[in-house]
Amino acid sequence: MPILTLKGISQEFGGLRALDGVDLEVEEQQIYGIIGPNGAGKTTLFNLITGIYEPTEGRIFFRGHDISNARAYQVASMGIARTFQNIRLFQKLSVLDNVRMGSYGVTRSGFWECMLRLPRCRREEKQVTQEAEELLDKVGLLEKKMEYAVNLAYGEQRRLEIARALALKPTLLLLDEPAAGMNAGEKAELMELIYHLQEQMKLTILLVEHDMNLVMNICERIAVLDYGRKIADGRPEEVKQDERVIQSYLGVEA
Amino acid sequence: MFLEQLLNGLTLGSTYALIALGYTMVYGIIQLINFAHGEIYMIGAFVGLFMVSVLGTNIIVAMAGAMVFCMLVGMMIERVAYRPLRGKSSRLSALISAIGVSIFLQTLLALIAGINTRSYPNVINNRTFDLGFAEVSLLQILILGLSALLMIGLQIMIHKTRIGKAMRASSQDLDASYLMGINVNRVISFTFAIGSALAAAGGIMVGIYYNAVWPYMGMMAGLKAFAAAVLGGIGSIPGAMIGGLTLGVLEIMGVAYLTSSYKDAIAFGILILVLLIRPQGLLGQKVAKKV
Amino acid sequence: MDELLTQYIDPYYLRLLILIGINIILALGLNIITGVTGQLSMGHAGFMSLGAYTSAILSMQFACPFWLSLLAGAMVAAFFGFLIGIPTLRLEGDYLAMVTIGFAEIIRVFFLNFEPGGKAVGLAGIPQHTNFLMVFILVVVIIFLNARLLNSRVGRAWYAIRENEIAAEACGVDTTRLKVMAFTVGSFLGGLGGGLYAHYMFFIRPQDFGFMKSIELLNMVVLGGMGSIPGTIIGATVLTLAPEFLRIVAEYRLLFYGALLVILMIFRPNGLLGDVRVYDIRKRWFRKEVQGHANINS
Repeated sequence: MPILTLKGISQEFGGLRALDGVDLEVEEQQIYGIIGPNGAGKTTLFNLITGIYEPTEGRIFFRGHDISNARAYQVASMGIARTFQNIRLFQKLSVLDNVRMGSYGVTRSGFWECMLRLPRCRREEKQVTQEAEELLDKVGLLEKKMEYAVNLAYGEQRRLEIARALALKPTLLLLDEPAAGMNAGEKAELMELIYHLQEQMKLTILLVEHDMNLVMNICERIAVLDYGRKIADGRPEEVKQDERVIQSYLGVEA
Repeated sequence: MFLEQLLNGLTLGSTYALIALGYTMVYGIIQLINFAHGEIYMIGAFVGLFMVSVLGTNIIVAMAGAMVFCMLVGMMIERVAYRPLRGKSSRLSALISAIGVSIFLQTLLALIAGINTRSYPNVINNRTFDLGFAEVSLLQILILGLSALLMIGLQIMIHKTRIGKAMRASSQDLDASYLMGINVNRVISFTFAIGSALAAAGGIMVGIYYNAVWPYMGMMAGLKAFAAAVLGGIGSIPGAMIGGLTLGVLEIMGVAYLTSSYKDAIAFGILILVLLIRPQGLLGQKVAKKV
Repeated sequence: MDELLTQYIDPYYLRLLILIGINIILALGLNIITGVTGQLSMGHAGFMSLGAYTSAILSMQFACPFWLSLLAGAMVAAFFGFLIGIPTLRLEGDYLAMVTIGFAEIIRVFFLNFEPGGKAVGLAGIPQHTNFLMVFILVVVIIFLNARLLNSRVGRAWYAIRENEIAAEACGVDTTRLKVMAFTVGSFLGGLGGGLYAHYMFFIRPQDFGFMKSIELLNMVVLGGMGSIPGTIIGATVLTLAPEFLRIVAEYRLLFYGALLVILMIFRPNGLLGDVRVYDIRKRWFRKEVQGHANINS
């Protein structure tokens, strides 16, 4: 059974159709790429899945549950984590706190437990801190754990966002142009990191990117969006040869 | 009776609207609640009073004088207390700075003019006209007429002149306007000047109408005008006008038909109710969350 | 107890210390709402007055024990804080600020017309139960619990809402719930501070809790450094003492106070302690030490 299913998803903003009847099926432990030119509706698709918008038409299923109308925090607590195209860190929190914050959805201690440091809170704090440090180690930021997030270099901020998303222990991870603004070397490094994380943590990853070559290497399956419509989907080599894709997307280069 | 109350309400409301315009224009461009704005209104009332009773000018000269004076004060406040903060601090620090200016000006005027309530000499030969269905005073007609004139003037300025265009552009996107070659600092200065002039006019009219001018008059008037701006949808100029008139009318009606002891609570009660139903205010535009 | 203390401390200073303590409690409450969670509240004095009047009336007319009236006052304030928190479901930024101003004004006008509260005259002859030791203990306990709370799952979520609401939701934070919680807790402290104030000052009037009082409390939070407990403590202390120091300039006092706010915001836009962390200070010292050694060696 696919872990994520989108059926006939459309989204309108004041008469403007940002997405038009998009279907998508993501299998467990796949790295699934979504590509398309700017304004194709990729980020809108992410915002729909993560509950920031509600779809105008269509339904979204995550492991068989209908999450079309779920709120963002509910979606997160179900195990869907994400990063943002325009990095959204908690700038004036430490790097460590950013990652500890990421585990909010998988911890439970409430107001009284936190204020009085009752056993559950103490246990969770310890565990969350330890896990956060492990994650920071994985993305190579452990030494900077006490820095303010805002003081990190650009590439480090991107990696921190990924670490924060992973703290939620997601089964599905949504990465919105994680390599945007990086140079070729950094991009390759990041893709390697993503690839390793996926293997280690048995993640399903949905990856938005408009650099097609980048996606070709690590994605098992790719969907192509153009003007809010899905114009192709399949294995990278299939997509590469698709007439419509070449026309609308690669046309410029070909 | 009802129509008379309506007229009273519109008169009060038009002065709220004049002050609210200053809040909303400044907010539209730099997202600052200019808490010192109520004090500008108070200073306007005092300058007008000074010109009429000490310099012996007529009321029209006094009003022009007060408007020009307050323009300068408004621009100076922006220069001294807000511009140094712009861009390098949170909006909250600018707000505290505005509050500082407000306390400063209140105290300054209390020191200069004393804390007693003063009143305008008889500057207008007030008469009442019986329209058959309602009685209306000359003063009310003048206030309504002048407010309408100022608001129409403002609309023309904003929609027909170069600087007006620059103001509209800046309220859409300050950074982009700057990149397009608009002198943003000048636009902001100008916005403060215009807002202050309108507030000064409002101050003089209220001073004459209610026969009371005192250093702390700006506080409640400022709060209510801000409420009016929010009610109309902050940042929206027609919103400020409608918000001001609505609050004025409802406040007078509330006092006339419900209770006078809750006068100052009525405006805020209405505001809260409206915001619960329409969070963006009456004419405010809903800003889509951008992710 | 306080009689004993006055043998060692001038009653004038003791009074200032008590007022500082009460202001710290009030400001810590507002700090949770505005400083930590980032929800601009400009009506904290409204919650303070609810606590003050509720506890005073209970003490005077129902002969309630002091602790009970204090707690009841704080609970009433917390309940209204909860109610005010609900519009935050839909309102943002300055619209919320306006609602809090409006709410505090409505409360003030309500007490102006409230028969059991003595209307405009206010309540006089409230028993003076608040003393130094009690305020001191309360302040210490509240700082301790507050610090724990802020350095925990709930506290981090509050900070996260201030920093980036959308990202906070993406981490699983029910932002609505957490904001209402912040308002409730903050108002509880507001009510508690109000109760202590009423039982210290002998008498209270509606105008003691006007817009200017709310602004004064907000200044304490912003001046010290938003969201920082030490910052809030310093802000409350400085702004409680400022009028006393400015007494030498007599009637120019508020003139200086206003100018001081502007100047401080220009030179320390993030507050006195904004962005200052123990960690950074330690690091800087450590670095200097290292450099010092290097110099000696070379």
